[in-house]
Amino acid sequence: MLSSTEVHEKQNKKESFNAEAASLLVKNLTATFASGKTRSYEWRASQLKALTKLLSDAHEQQIVDALYSDLSKPPLETVAYEIAMLKNSCKGALKELKRWMTSEKVKTSISTFPSTAEIVSEPLGVVLIISAWNYPFLLSLEPIIGAIAAGNAVVLKPSEVAPATSSLLAKLLGEYLDNSCIRVVEGAVDETSALLQQKWDKIFYTGNGRVARIVMAAAAKHLTPVVLELGGKSPAVVDSNIDLKVATRRIIAGKWCCNNGQACISPDYIITTKDYAPKLVDALKTELEKFYGKNPLESKDLSRIVNSNHFGRLTKLLDDEKLSGKIVFGGEKDESKLMISPTILLDVPRNSLMMREEIFGPLLPIITVDKLEESFDVINSGTKPLAAYLFTTNNKLKEQFVMNISAGGLVINDTALHLAINTLPFGGVGESGIGAYHGKFSFDAFSHKKAVLYRSFFGDAAIRYPPYTNTKMRLLKALIGGGLLGIIRALFGLS
Amino acid sequence: MENYSSLERDVRDMRAYFGTGKTKEATWRESQLKALRKFLLENEDHIFKALNNDLGKHQVEAFRDEVGTLVKTLNLAIKSLKQWMAGKEAKLPRIALLSSAEIVPEPLGLVLIFSSWNFPFGLSLEPLIGAVAAGNSVVLKPSEMSPACSSLLTSVLPSYLDSNAIMIIQGGPSLGELLLKQTWDKIFFTGSARVGKIVMSAAAENLTPVSLELGGKCPALLDSLTSSWDREVLLLKVAVKRILVAKYGACAGQACIAIDYVLVENSFISTLLPLLKVWIKKMFGENPKGSNSIARIVNKQHFLRLKSLINDDPKVKESVVIGGSFDEDNLFIEPTILVDPPLDSAIMTEEIFGPLLPIITVEKIEDSVGFIKSRPKPLAIYAFTKNKSLQKRMLDETSSGSLVFNDAILQYVADTLPFGGVGESGFGKYHGKFSFDTFSHHKAVARRSYYTDFWFRFPPWTLNKLQLLEVAYNLDYIGMLLVILGLKGSKRRLINQDEKLHDKQF
Repeated sequence: MLSSTEVHEKQNKKESFNAEAASLLVKNLTATFASGKTRSYEWRASQLKALTKLLSDAHEQQIVDALYSDLSKPPLETVAYEIAMLKNSCKGALKELKRWMTSEKVKTSISTFPSTAEIVSEPLGVVLIISAWNYPFLLSLEPIIGAIAAGNAVVLKPSEVAPATSSLLAKLLGEYLDNSCIRVVEGAVDETSALLQQKWDKIFYTGNGRVARIVMAAAAKHLTPVVLELGGKSPAVVDSNIDLKVATRRIIAGKWCCNNGQACISPDYIITTKDYAPKLVDALKTELEKFYGKNPLESKDLSRIVNSNHFGRLTKLLDDEKLSGKIVFGGEKDESKLMISPTILLDVPRNSLMMREEIFGPLLPIITVDKLEESFDVINSGTKPLAAYLFTTNNKLKEQFVMNISAGGLVINDTALHLAINTLPFGGVGESGIGAYHGKFSFDAFSHKKAVLYRSFFGDAAIRYPPYTNTKMRLLKALIGGGLLGIIRALFGLS
Repeated sequence: MENYSSLERDVRDMRAYFGTGKTKEATWRESQLKALRKFLLENEDHIFKALNNDLGKHQVEAFRDEVGTLVKTLNLAIKSLKQWMAGKEAKLPRIALLSSAEIVPEPLGLVLIFSSWNFPFGLSLEPLIGAVAAGNSVVLKPSEMSPACSSLLTSVLPSYLDSNAIMIIQGGPSLGELLLKQTWDKIFFTGSARVGKIVMSAAAENLTPVSLELGGKCPALLDSLTSSWDREVLLLKVAVKRILVAKYGACAGQACIAIDYVLVENSFISTLLPLLKVWIKKMFGENPKGSNSIARIVNKQHFLRLKSLINDDPKVKESVVIGGSFDEDNLFIEPTILVDPPLDSAIMTEEIFGPLLPIITVEKIEDSVGFIKSRPKPLAIYAFTKNKSLQKRMLDETSSGSLVFNDAILQYVADTLPFGGVGESGFGKYHGKFSFDTFSHHKAVARRSYYTDFWFRFPPWTLNKLQLLEVAYNLDYIGMLLVILGLKGSKRRLINQDEKLHDKQF
């Protein structure tokens, strides 16, 4: 942990980061970017290699410790979901970098004949990445991988709600990466506001809808494009014709094994039929006990609630009088440890507080319907979530789900897993966000796709130029719209 | 004045109609695209007349830049619709726990399109084609500054289309404001940066994604085009023609991708100017005003703006070498060329959007790179040069929406090239499939079976599970086998938190 002098230094640094400091930072990075330093393959690869080193065994303990300090995150969750996934991304980016950087040749048609054309990916410039507190390491570095691969200069503002990780990121990125091009600014609202006042070439924000509006409004002042990775109430619809044990375990894996439900793609609530609900509840109880024992508040395998703010928020959701008598499992709290045990509620009223906002915690309400098809209306009556899940073996239902449910991503018969597949774009729609990333989508998110057209001097078509005549009109019509036959006819005055 | 009291209700009804799923059907989309094509083919003459009324555009120019390009786009969209609508399979690594993954495009919902006055049909219907092909409901507001064209769009086009899903509405800034107060699933805006900021700020309140097609000062650099054969005169002639048509032949320079200004070596001016004079006359005739070979300025406000660019600054006025006469009654400005107006004058700092062409001289043509780089990123850069190393420098060192070598404006008709800006010239892209994509949400869909579950996904956590997860995430198939068989050890220890002294600060 930090010594008292280090803490003091940190606080001084924080105090001095105002709009002026932010402006200077952007100015410096802009100059560095303009020098062309970040554009070369060598630079990008060197930074990705440095990141790979950063993620190696040497620092694993520090990372695990920081996440344990910030979230009591079980070491295995840190290693699997934060470090291992990042290593994978880095490796993938290094492997694909040359291919991503190569321009894409495109076909040209007769309308621009003779010509050749290509689409060239170029960096946007100086980008700002604001990350969240729940997967503070992953959500900081995953976008950075994309930004670096695309050749940009980067400022990262990690979340102050996960301070140990924020510090560690500042330290490690400072040690391993090129500080003339990649910087970390720690802080809270003031520092973020100072950063948002500046002109960036792109802003990448992960967090909630309220702050996202502030980010986008700030971006609008400079016409800065944004990626907003937000959340929502990701529903899980459960049919009765499934392998209940497997489905239950997968639901638990996506909920409580992911930071104790504090994940943007955790199943927020469940929809199932009135008839099936009791079976589902029993299965959940059984598996939860297997996973976390009889005293889940004591379990080492659950993250705590991040801070007393969120603890209070979740308590308020539970204390809603509309929910009295609805808790069928769990509901235990320990404020001193900021722990809430896995809690299941049955038949939760749609107008309760818990069903109106994203839960982001270990509470799982179950909504019951008469026929499972009604679940689509339930989901569509809310805003579009980041993810939606369906457990069924009914193929028709699966196709209807894919056709009619709009969300960032859908998973059939599992939860959360699409996050780990780099060939799928990860992002939201509507209230759950704008833009996507992961894999090549990260590279694209931080690139400008420049259209390049090479024209020859030969084959100049006089028909393009004034003076305008009827002949030219006929030929133009044929050239732009028609095929070869049309052109021949026009040339011979037959059209 | 228009009565917009029913606007909120109409928008609500359109959203409800979208909810029925009608616009998602391939047959619906195809029917609307075909109807759009029918509208263009059946009303060609009316369109030409409207464009002539609003902008004095010649019929051929109107066809070349608006009707022709739209029909081309529609033919492509109709042909490609099924292909565009189909999901794309996502490659999975061997060890992946998923049985299949794909990316499925779906419509965003109810979208709003604002278009501009200079290419009132093109800039209204190109985005509309994309939005409809992608299965959305659409509200289109054409510009009030091209009233004949807007009227044609609002009075005739709706009879061809499904008016439950597509609404075309005329009006000015107050209508724009009212529209921005509604909730949209996407806003597509073509226009100025000033209004672009207003649109994006309004969109931010609902986290509505936007595409902003803005402008900028699109520069052209003209190299001396020498080659080892004695063809330089021929090449130069072609370049000059292309430059002239990309300025005066593109709605009299009122086009976001028109050439704004030209950079040449100062030793070249004496060769260039006479050529420009000759070809202006040849191409636009003795009486361009009468022959409509050059369009009019859209209205008095812009006319006076352009006039003041020249007249307000004596140094700028002095630099006029060709043209410079203004006919206010007819809103006509003759092709005007200036040489080296001061770089800090308005004509060199604002987007001109008119038939005034400054030529800026540089010592060496390579200096153009630095000149362009130091200014805001434009929608397009045009480089007339055969010098391969200069071409590479332009490609690597400058940034713009598009970059065209040895021609100008033509990138607009290339369906395989994304059309859009970067930096101050905007963000988002369209044309061809890019139009379809810009109005779609690309939904990730992953499917699993109930078999093949890896027990090590679930707690209680043990060292063995940690090892397995690590090799699984590293997609190390062999490694996993070895761990399961107990043949692969690990340097790992499972950290016992109780042993560590943690400063838990809450």
